[in-house]
Amino acid sequence: MTDIQQGRTRDVVLSLRGVSKNFGAVSALTNIDLDVHAGEVVALVGDNGAGKSTLVKILAGVHQPSSGTIKFRGDTVTLSDPSAALGLGIATVFQDLALCENLDVVANIFLGKEMNPWRLDEVSMEIKAWKLLNELSARIPSVREPIASLSGGQRQTVAIARSLLLDPKLIMLDEPTAALGVAQTAEVLDLIERVRDRGLGVIMISHNMEDVRAVADRIVVLRLGKNNGIFDPDASNQELVSAITGADNNSVSRRASRRGAQREQSSEMRP
Amino acid sequence: MTNATDNGTAPAPLLDRSDERVKHRQGINGSIQAFWDRVRSGDLGSLPVIVGLVIIWTVFQTLNPVFLAPNNLVNLLFDCSTVGIISLGIVCILMVGEIDLSVGSVSGFASAIVGVLWVNQGWPVGFAILTAMFFGAVIGLLYATLFNKFGMPSFVSTLAGLLAVLGLQLYLLGSTGSINLPYGSKLVDFGQTMIMPDIVAYALAAIAGLSIFVTGYRTAARRKQAGLSSPSLSGLAFKAIAITVLLEVIALYINRGDRGIPWMFGLFVGLAMAMNYALTRTQWGRMMHAVGGNREAARRAGINVRFIYTTAFVLCSVFAATGGVLAASRLASASQQAGTGDVNLNAIAAAVIGGTSLFGGRGSAYSALLGIIVIQSIASGLTLLDLSSSLRYMITGAVLAIAVIVDSLARRSRMSHGRA
Repeated sequence: MTDIQQGRTRDVVLSLRGVSKNFGAVSALTNIDLDVHAGEVVALVGDNGAGKSTLVKILAGVHQPSSGTIKFRGDTVTLSDPSAALGLGIATVFQDLALCENLDVVANIFLGKEMNPWRLDEVSMEIKAWKLLNELSARIPSVREPIASLSGGQRQTVAIARSLLLDPKLIMLDEPTAALGVAQTAEVLDLIERVRDRGLGVIMISHNMEDVRAVADRIVVLRLGKNNGIFDPDASNQELVSAITGADNNSVSRRASRRGAQREQSSEMRP
Repeated sequence: MTNATDNGTAPAPLLDRSDERVKHRQGINGSIQAFWDRVRSGDLGSLPVIVGLVIIWTVFQTLNPVFLAPNNLVNLLFDCSTVGIISLGIVCILMVGEIDLSVGSVSGFASAIVGVLWVNQGWPVGFAILTAMFFGAVIGLLYATLFNKFGMPSFVSTLAGLLAVLGLQLYLLGSTGSINLPYGSKLVDFGQTMIMPDIVAYALAAIAGLSIFVTGYRTAARRKQAGLSSPSLSGLAFKAIAITVLLEVIALYINRGDRGIPWMFGLFVGLAMAMNYALTRTQWGRMMHAVGGNREAARRAGINVRFIYTTAFVLCSVFAATGGVLAASRLASASQQAGTGDVNLNAIAAAVIGGTSLFGGRGSAYSALLGIIVIQSIASGLTLLDLSSSLRYMITGAVLAIAVIVDSLARRSRMSHGRA
């Protein structure tokens, strides 16, 4: 593996070596190596079933790896359950968001970390919730409505706000922009940059190459549960797609060349 | 309604009122309108049960004028307390989306323990009661272990427990089958005759309204100071006064009879208030709601889901044991029949009728209070009409079915209105 970030010698926040995960006979991940530095956005890309979400779930403590070592800020750690990961400072925004629909926004943001456990401090929690949401320029009508009444994008914002609550050292976002509108996508990308500038490590999963290129410092490609190259954000689309799909001749490139040929044809036909 | 503080200076937008798309209502009219909107979207709260109670009382009162007489109401309150306390435990277990079908057996077992230890073995009564509650906790712990370690559905484990614990109860009582608790003892007096002095009843009713106003006022003041919207003072005062007047009128009416409000009912209401506080104002209660609403989300938020399930099972069984002890004191005996028959279903029905959802994540401790009053009203009314228990079972069954239908329909409506 070549480190693309020469010159930038930052602390390694997270370092994975040889991490594998089997679900029965299926090996979802095989010998994954991954480094995330402080103040760096690593984009994790790959086709469906490449193992991106499994990797995130391992780092969030939801699944346990079958083998391999995880080092967090220099120490080897075992992430036996989600609270262990949260305790270390690894916050996650899951693809399915993992919100409780019957609880309101404040309760969801503070779930498991309520202020004043024996006499909930609702006022302080509500103020802090508004602060977090305003930082994200969120458009949440009311923090006292149950999550069920919010739109997909609003739920996404709540989930992101929740991950920021504990001042994490590493934040993982699984498809953070998939459910968002144009303006909110920009807000989330801004947010990711702001988080990075605060010196946090960020892992972002996305299918949207435009978003990935916009914020990522490195692009790590997974394919069929294995590392399949690390790229600069200015790598060409062709390179990325072939790494993701595993072939130069793939459906995306075929489509691109077909479209190109059609365009040429039509421009030729025009006098 | 105008907000007096907004006059003069240009009002800075409140932190939670800056989004102009959301309608916010003010004052008493606004509260009523908001309440109506909530109901229409399927967030019924305790409305169906109150409507049901009014219908039931009207019907029975027209059929038999003794029904609403103070003395009958006092008996009603005594009978409510025992099953009602069991029902508080059911609220706990339904909150996390599980069920305990053995609460009747556990209550009978607890009454047998008290009978054997206190009457036959001569233990101090307090110790006997604590031992009964301890064994309740052990049974709950067993269910929780089966659920957490072996993934045994609570429906099955508690159904097995229903039989096994009933066996324990019969074994303890032995061949005699029934142990009479001594009349004149504190425990039996508590279950049969101990009545609050009138003045205490009035004072408690007044304290209830006062504390609603004081806590509401302090919260409003804090919210205002923090730049959040706060409920209007007039609405708060209106609510507090309405509740105080209602409670005082009830107390006055019941005290007009020979007796008054039973201490046992006072204990039940006190426990319901404590449970309500625990479920709504503590971290534990928040976690109970979360686990019932979305178990996996709760786990990923770092909540110790197994611990929460354990507390729910243990609390449910301890409440069942407590209710069993009180039932023994009410009947002045610990018998083989204690806790059998309809105790189980009445306790579950009370929680569901009161508005606690069978699907988990929604409910309130007060639903046990309201629900058991409905169930006992039906039982008492039918007894006054001299109807057989066959009819009583049929009617109670029908009421339970209606309650579950209302719950299911309301849930569907909440989903379509985005209020799940």
